[in-house]
Amino acid sequence: MPVIIVLYCVATFFVASVLGITTAHMRAGTPLVYGICLASSAVALVSALMQLLTGGAAPELVLPLGLPWLGSHFRIDTLAAFFLVVVNLGGGAASLFALGYGQHETAPQRVLPFYPAFLAGMNLVVLADDAFTFLLCWEFMSLSSWALVMAHHREAENRRAGYIYLLMASFGTLALVLAFGLLAGPDGGYGFAMIRAAAHPVPTMVAALVLALALLGAGSKAGLVPLHVWLPLAHPAAPSHVSALMSGVMTKVAVYGFIRIVFDLLGAPSWWSSMVVLALAGITTVMGVLYALMQHDLKVLLAYHTVENIGIVFIGLGLALAFQTNGMEFAAALAMTAALFHVFNHSLFKSLLFFGAGAVLNSTGERDMEKLGGLIHRMPLVSFAFLVGCVAISALPPLNGFVSEWLTFQAILLSPALPQWGLKILIPVVGALLALSAALAGACFVKAFGVTFLGRPRSKHAEKATETDPFSLAAMFLLAALCLLAGILPGFVIDALAPVTQGLVAGHMPAQAAVPWLAIVPVSESRSSYDGMLVFAFIALSALLSVYAIHRLASHRLRRVPAWDCGFPDSSPFTQYTASSFAQPIRRVFGSVVFHARERVEMPPPGDSRPAVLQVELRDPVWDFLYAPIALAVGFAAERLNHLQFLTIRSYLSLVFVLLILLLLVAAIWL
Amino acid sequence: MGHLAFDVAHLLAGSLVLTSFMLLYQDRLTALINVYAGHALVLTLSVAWQAYIQDAPHLYVTAGIALGFKAIIIPIALRRIVQQLGIHREVETVVGIGLTMLAGLALVALSMVVMLRVTGNATPIAREDLAFALAVVLLGLLMMVTRRNAVSQIIGFMSLENGLVLAATGARGMPLVVEISVAFSILIAFIVLGIFLFRIRERFDTVDVGAMDQFRGDRR
Amino acid sequence: MALIIRDLAVQLAQMLLVLLVAPALTGLTRKIKARLLRRRGPPVFQPYRDLLRLLRKEAVLAENASWLFRAAPYLIFAASWVAASLVPTFATGLMFSWSADLIAVIALLASARFFLALAGMDVGTSFGGIGSSREVMIASLAEPAMITIVFTLALIAGSTQLSTIAGFMDSPEVGLRVSLGLALIAFIIVAIAENARIPVDNPATHLELTMVHEAMVLEYSARYLALIELAAMLKLLLYVSLIACLFLPWSLAPPDGTSAAYLAGALAYLAKLAGGGILLAVFETAIAKMRVFRVPQFLGAALMLGLLGMLLRFVSGSF
Repeated sequence: MPVIIVLYCVATFFVASVLGITTAHMRAGTPLVYGICLASSAVALVSALMQLLTGGAAPELVLPLGLPWLGSHFRIDTLAAFFLVVVNLGGGAASLFALGYGQHETAPQRVLPFYPAFLAGMNLVVLADDAFTFLLCWEFMSLSSWALVMAHHREAENRRAGYIYLLMASFGTLALVLAFGLLAGPDGGYGFAMIRAAAHPVPTMVAALVLALALLGAGSKAGLVPLHVWLPLAHPAAPSHVSALMSGVMTKVAVYGFIRIVFDLLGAPSWWSSMVVLALAGITTVMGVLYALMQHDLKVLLAYHTVENIGIVFIGLGLALAFQTNGMEFAAALAMTAALFHVFNHSLFKSLLFFGAGAVLNSTGERDMEKLGGLIHRMPLVSFAFLVGCVAISALPPLNGFVSEWLTFQAILLSPALPQWGLKILIPVVGALLALSAALAGACFVKAFGVTFLGRPRSKHAEKATETDPFSLAAMFLLAALCLLAGILPGFVIDALAPVTQGLVAGHMPAQAAVPWLAIVPVSESRSSYDGMLVFAFIALSALLSVYAIHRLASHRLRRVPAWDCGFPDSSPFTQYTASSFAQPIRRVFGSVVFHARERVEMPPPGDSRPAVLQVELRDPVWDFLYAPIALAVGFAAERLNHLQFLTIRSYLSLVFVLLILLLLVAAIWL
Repeated sequence: MGHLAFDVAHLLAGSLVLTSFMLLYQDRLTALINVYAGHALVLTLSVAWQAYIQDAPHLYVTAGIALGFKAIIIPIALRRIVQQLGIHREVETVVGIGLTMLAGLALVALSMVVMLRVTGNATPIAREDLAFALAVVLLGLLMMVTRRNAVSQIIGFMSLENGLVLAATGARGMPLVVEISVAFSILIAFIVLGIFLFRIRERFDTVDVGAMDQFRGDRR
Repeated sequence: MALIIRDLAVQLAQMLLVLLVAPALTGLTRKIKARLLRRRGPPVFQPYRDLLRLLRKEAVLAENASWLFRAAPYLIFAASWVAASLVPTFATGLMFSWSADLIAVIALLASARFFLALAGMDVGTSFGGIGSSREVMIASLAEPAMITIVFTLALIAGSTQLSTIAGFMDSPEVGLRVSLGLALIAFIIVAIAENARIPVDNPATHLELTMVHEAMVLEYSARYLALIELAAMLKLLLYVSLIACLFLPWSLAPPDGTSAAYLAGALAYLAKLAGGGILLAVFETAIAKMRVFRVPQFLGAALMLGLLGMLLRFVSGSF
């Protein structure tokens, strides 16, 4: 049974974790631990894939752990199978990457024990079938990833990142505890089967609260604005393969939690809940990519970009909610398929990009793009794989990012049929925001690839970079190949997702395997269709044809000379564009409104030989308007309540006395 | 014919909204006055078309007044005022043009939602005409609120009045007398405003509303 | 079987047609502009001679130009050519026209632009940087405006397939809708911005402060430059074809039409192209180039118009 197989894989992870503690100081420790993780992930991936494709019965497994009257329930239904595929694919790729990358780890004893535990935690969250196990494994996942974030604790920024991560994770878990408490009701029926069997429809007040708490809890782990602040601090602080897991996989586990609570356990929501989700998702999408554009640290840029992609997933989920409430199951299935396809795509290309950043960090010791450049000559294979990741994440055909975005656009085009006015006004705006973020994402990755890999090296480290080890390259090329395959053969992915959407929104997209030429037809032939394979074939054929024609018709001569540069060649690499100068036009257009971006130039008077200074000032609106006031309020309250620590004995006794009288009064009046 | 009548009326009312957006987009005074002349011209065409399909010949007179006064005389006079006062500058806005247009879009959406919900059982032509007219009025108000220059505020006010005329001609049966008196009162108000502008410019060397605020006596 | 061969032949004919006509459109525009400026101007077929001349030259590459710099022109040309071949020019319902709808055509152009921007960054000069950064700024507003226009058209016609939209616009069901008018104006603004025409960018400039597209291709020469110029001409042809197919779809031959219908469609298409080229030349001569940071407001206006068209369609079916 697949559940037992995956649980054995989880047990193997725990064994690897223990091995990590004991063998960390040995040279063989790293390959051993990561090798076990790779094998385990592969086995779990295969069994989850079998479960998803064959769609057998999903029996429950109850283990006598945890609460005595509840036990621990584990189950793999279609939703869990899909997310297990995502988790283990990411986990396997990261383990493969770490076989090479982990050799350069300076503190393996701080990473090796917790990495398998992190993988185990993520798998267990998806397997869990009752609230207690879910929450326990969720916390376990957060704690093990926190330990990994604090792996390089000597730097102050990593410590700060870990602190904020712990705060936000605790807050998220609190919200989820409350959500599950509301769902389980006063009888304490924590099993998911019991929650589904409980009284439907849930009263609207309770449903609204559960949705809000699920958004807070799962949304903060996924990275919805304004709960995203820990993400760009924590994800870059961890080692690169862990960053890939946190960005590419852990955020998906959070999305799984949201889907499980809102679509599966809560049942039919009301239409304004979809408005809340859509509004938050739209803001998240645009803010995420704008934040990413302002960054010059490669890993922080990638982490902020994860925020944007989570926004795209939640746009699909919000649309699915809106369609489901209005009884349009087919459109809901389309929107849900788009969201889940994007979940799969993002785990692929975000992991690939983080692996590339890790390879660059390994070779040059630098994460700052302003000190890199020209790496395409020194690290050609890494740059090719990173380029594939950039093209995929910018939603360009024929790769996979375009397909999920295209499906989301088709879902938006089905939404004029929705009757509610609020949705009628909100959905076009969200569509425009989605298009805006797609264009900005392209800009962001032209910047990321162009400044890091192209141009001329801006520092000694960049000049002396070397290619990385074969394991890292293998992991990156595996993911790049999957990106291409998912883009060319999207019909298979859509068909694989059909049982998942059937279980969630009681509808599924038409079978794509029957469509000729491997195209996908979401609604009907006359309405829209896309053939990734043919587009790829056309582009390849046209390119080859033009190469052949040029070869026959044009001159072959080639001469290498210094760059033309309009006749003003400058040998200093500092005259080329930096990351912040590349982003300057966009910073002026969008940043001056959103981030209050201001540029200040201090010119010394003539005759003074000091250099001129250009300062760019950005303010983060989320910190300024949300977190700073909260921090101030907390500080203020703590200041006031501090007095309670220093009272006399008589004051404490009178406090207890007053409270006792009050309780007796309450008992007298109300009982 | 009914379908064509609806379509053309629709198109002209939509063009009026579009021209209001173009008014918001301009950043130079002479271009603003030219676009306002275009605004009045579109209004003329719309009123003339309504006169044709409603079979109401008095509306032709309204169209003629719109053409004569608002599309020809007032822009010429404004251009002369701008030349004589020597204001050839850019239109200063309170917030950027992008944000202003975004606010304009929100106002159009608001007027759509309000008008289409409120007028449940009127004819489709009238409903959508009213929705567009309310949008033009709101955009004219937005222009008055977000511009610092007195001349551009006057133009915002006049585009607002154009929206009102669009609404009035969309509904059947507006008497001509009202229209003549409205037009004359506008003309008189305009002459007074013009004289005021001359006096203000003479006195303070500027017509910037923000600068004039400083000269109020009862400030502190 | 004969039917398949005939369909394939028609599809190939369209691919060849767009490739052969693209330089002529650019040449016509240049000639009309010159005439309006009281110059004689180069002959209409001069771009063909320019391309052949570039092919025969020796390519000069910077020392630190990478494989991406050399491969990019082929990729840009391939993406532009595929996109231009998918737009119905003289007939709808061609053999492979269903494989990519309007959104995919726009995304193909975005791919071409992605690689062009990367090529600009490759050599590591400040000109390439200025071109790439301005190009992505313009794209960051032009592309969403284009998507909202696509949505407006799709909501009117009920489909994103180009053939279906063209067929719908040709039928009597479509009226003079406000959203169509807004979409047309926004489309023209986006087309001007995407093709690097005045008032957004000057295609004939040599001053770096006015460059966007020219700055990105500054380091290219000979056969690479020929491919990129041909790709730019194809892009202009694509946008004029899109306007012709979506807003002026008369005389488009139906699928499985007769040869006479195809011929009539082709002649009508050439006439529409010529009209578009002349109007573009007149427009470019009549207006001055904007300063760079006025362009976002220009494109923002197009985005607003597209969004307004979309909103109107969402709110009421009769808009």
